[in-house]
Amino acid sequence: MAKDPLVIVEGLQKLFPLAVGILSGEKHYIHAVDEVTFSIAEGESLALVGESGSGKTTTGKLLVKLTDPTGGHIKMRLNGDHVDIAHLKGKETKRFRRQVQMIFQDPYESLNPRRTVFDTIAEPLVVQGVGELQDRELRVADLLELVGLSPAKTFLFRFPHELSGGQRQRVAIARALIVEPAFVVADEPTSMLDVSIRTGIMQLMQDLAARLDVTYLYITHDLAVARYMSNRLAVMYLGKIVEIGEMEDLLHNPLHPYTKALLSAVPVPDPTIHRTAPNILGSIAKPIDPEPICRFYERCPIRESICAENLHPPLEDKGAGHRVACYLV
Amino acid sequence: MAQSTRIGGAPRVDRAEVLAIPVWRIRLNLMWRGLRANAALFAENPIGLVGLGIILFFALMALAHPILMSTVWDKGTYDPVLGIDLAIPLHPTAPSATHLLGTDPLGRDILSQLMWSARSEFALGVVAALVTVVIATTVGAISAFYGGLLDTAFMRLADLIIMTPFVTILIVLSALFDVKLIELAFVVGITSGFGGAAIIIKSQALTIKVRTYIEAARVAGGSNSHIILRHIIPNLLPLSFLYMMFTVTTAIFSEAVLSFFGLLNIRMSWGLMIHTTEYTGYLLDLGKWWLIFPASLSITMLCAAFYLVGRALDEIVNPRLRRR
Amino acid sequence: MAETLLRVENLTMHYTTRAGEVSAVDDVSFTLDKGASMGLVGESGCGKTSIAATILKLLPENAEIKGGHVFLDGTDLAPMSESEIRHVRWRRISMVFQAAMNSLNPVYKVGDQIVEALETHLPQLSAQETRKRVEDLFRLVGLDPKLADQYPHEYSGGMRQRAVIAMALACHPDLIIADEPTTALDVIVQDSLLREMTELQKQLGMAMIYISHDIAVIAEVSDRIGVMYAGKLVEFGDTEAIFKHPIHPYTQGLLSAFPSIIGPKRELATLPGEPPDLISPPSGCRFHPRCPYATDVCTEKVPVYEEHRPGHFAACWHPLE
Repeated sequence: MAKDPLVIVEGLQKLFPLAVGILSGEKHYIHAVDEVTFSIAEGESLALVGESGSGKTTTGKLLVKLTDPTGGHIKMRLNGDHVDIAHLKGKETKRFRRQVQMIFQDPYESLNPRRTVFDTIAEPLVVQGVGELQDRELRVADLLELVGLSPAKTFLFRFPHELSGGQRQRVAIARALIVEPAFVVADEPTSMLDVSIRTGIMQLMQDLAARLDVTYLYITHDLAVARYMSNRLAVMYLGKIVEIGEMEDLLHNPLHPYTKALLSAVPVPDPTIHRTAPNILGSIAKPIDPEPICRFYERCPIRESICAENLHPPLEDKGAGHRVACYLV
Repeated sequence: MAQSTRIGGAPRVDRAEVLAIPVWRIRLNLMWRGLRANAALFAENPIGLVGLGIILFFALMALAHPILMSTVWDKGTYDPVLGIDLAIPLHPTAPSATHLLGTDPLGRDILSQLMWSARSEFALGVVAALVTVVIATTVGAISAFYGGLLDTAFMRLADLIIMTPFVTILIVLSALFDVKLIELAFVVGITSGFGGAAIIIKSQALTIKVRTYIEAARVAGGSNSHIILRHIIPNLLPLSFLYMMFTVTTAIFSEAVLSFFGLLNIRMSWGLMIHTTEYTGYLLDLGKWWLIFPASLSITMLCAAFYLVGRALDEIVNPRLRRR
Repeated sequence: MAETLLRVENLTMHYTTRAGEVSAVDDVSFTLDKGASMGLVGESGCGKTSIAATILKLLPENAEIKGGHVFLDGTDLAPMSESEIRHVRWRRISMVFQAAMNSLNPVYKVGDQIVEALETHLPQLSAQETRKRVEDLFRLVGLDPKLADQYPHEYSGGMRQRAVIAMALACHPDLIIADEPTTALDVIVQDSLLREMTELQKQLGMAMIYISHDIAVIAEVSDRIGVMYAGKLVEFGDTEAIFKHPIHPYTQGLLSAFPSIIGPKRELATLPGEPPDLISPPSGCRFHPRCPYATDVCTEKVPVYEEHRPGHFAACWHPLE
């Protein structure tokens, strides 16, 4: 990696204890994120793709410090050095929140219905103690124009229920960007929008990424959208990253059997192309107290005994930054 | 504030245009619009309008009393506590031209008593309601947000209050202390606030706590107090306001009960009017209906009025109850 | 020669709200042959769910059919009373709703719920026959019949959706209307469910109307596609024709707004503006505010829905040809 990475994730782990009867005494854990390692370079956009239960949303929450890891490290380069964000305290956390922001999935839920657009977008500034009221007003108005809510004056004091889904998401984007963060985690920001609105938002995010030099982690279950938004792709399964690399490389040359199955399951908007069925067994399981074998063993179409006799395979570099976690590839 | 370094380019907005109207004026405008919208919604509900009408009626009554006293009515005769009509030898008297609702056994004008008391009933209700709102909202928000021991403590306290018969508490209190109206207002407010209302507000606060916009506020850098004050409490206030209405009902009714037993240190109230009727032996004398009915009817109607308004507000706060 | 099963003619449905009357479905016409599958695609608020509800008369109190006909094998469903249409529902036309997995009652076993549906609509079956049919249905949708004795919360999302489909198929209807049945599901589960539904459709000779906003899914599942916009059917034709030679500009806009993992990474087109307010929709063609080809006639006159090519209908003053 030529550039010094902005985000380094090492062995990240997040376990959730399962509610257990007082009498049984046993403890069970959901391994939502299980020893995940990857890095993101400055200015890059990494797409994190997976099905439900893969751990992608939890990873996103860990990266914005909405929750803290139970193991591993998240290091970010904020103001020069790499800092382990799990160990930030007080003022440092506040400074962290100026550098790292999040765009949420549901535009109907991520805005407080009782607060005006101005209050919502200005909130990060207010909380960080930046600027006076008038400065904030101007800055918010400026940002509204930037995200395409023009003329800003008419949107400034509207309430969320007066806006459409696409407009609300633009407000959410403005809120995330007003503090000029270095790193933004976008958690499925377009999945709840209509198709014709979706492309507008996607283009906006692309445009802003280039203009403001923001680094993105784009979480989604939709591979087609991921392809459009990011230049690198990481595929997650049951809390682990099974494959990671350059987007076009992974899409045209997937190595991990899960990635192959995932790609072959995506419906194609072309009636002349007939997809073959994805090569995968069984149905998805919950990552509760998983066996110390390859996590994909139960569903893998090409599994061998070696896969059940060893721990989950480590990510191995197959060239050009394309890494796969599989014994058989 | 320094010009932003990364969001570059020429400013996209006209400074003067954006700052034309000061923010406080805009907010006032928005509040006014919101109030009008809610008023329109409220007006669609006949229940609410009936309740509001009754409340206005009694409010006018309360306001009219001092006017009448300083203009038409002679102080000696019409004073609600000390007045006595010496022109008539035997009291109580039936309603007549000079005494529209008659006089009580002590020679005082009933209508005057009724109107004067309306004022204290309102004062009682308002104070109790405000105390309830403040306490219930605070307790509910804190319990929901912090959970743990604090939450358990408050909830057990609420259970205790709900379990204990309220009137018994009042009677014991009045035996121990000299309870005046303002003290009664606080007692009702405090017990309501820490009681059932706190539990309901807390459960509402719990649903707010897990909303995505709270997560968003946290990611923006909001501290716990910022989130509670600026996000949770504003979303709780409609519900608290609703509970206020029910507290007023409780307050007025408790006053009536205490006064009836002569346990309240108050100079005149509707409950006291019934108490007077009782200890002078006219309680069961239905022929002298004006001694009981105006007072008890007033209590019932004012309580019912606040309850009706509460129900109408419920349909605004809880959109699911609305008729489409 | 395929027989027509369903013929919808000039169907119009409005519903009343506090803010005004919403023109949810306006003058919609299409036909569906026996055993054929048709997709209804459009964005939220376009009326695709409303049409399904209107066909089955599963309308809320404030909704009303203002005109048009729904001919099922020649019989018009539109003027039917509630008791009459009840004989049609489930037996001849059944529906799988959006997020249907939430329509399973959590306090009853899944198998029992299907039994109940069968007892209501096919009371002539004996208890034995009913139980056997439930087992058959489970196998049909790819569920282990032993699962019939479990409760909905013990099922995964995909399994619940399968159970709901089984319930919809219980009386072997002639037509099944599926409204976004796979939207809440993961892509691999969605794939197997789509394959099964197509398979079932062929096996049972059932017709299907598949409603979705996802044009990729519709392309794979339907023989014909209807494109809806703002309560109107703007285009209707064979799937391949719609994709290769769209007539209506909205269809074209929709097609170019979908990213794909196949082929080169191409630029996505955006449709400017927002879907319109259905209480006071735009005059003339409802799409004109967003249409790059709109002219004056588009703002004045409602475009005529006509056959532009054999079997390919559209309503546009400036068709793309």
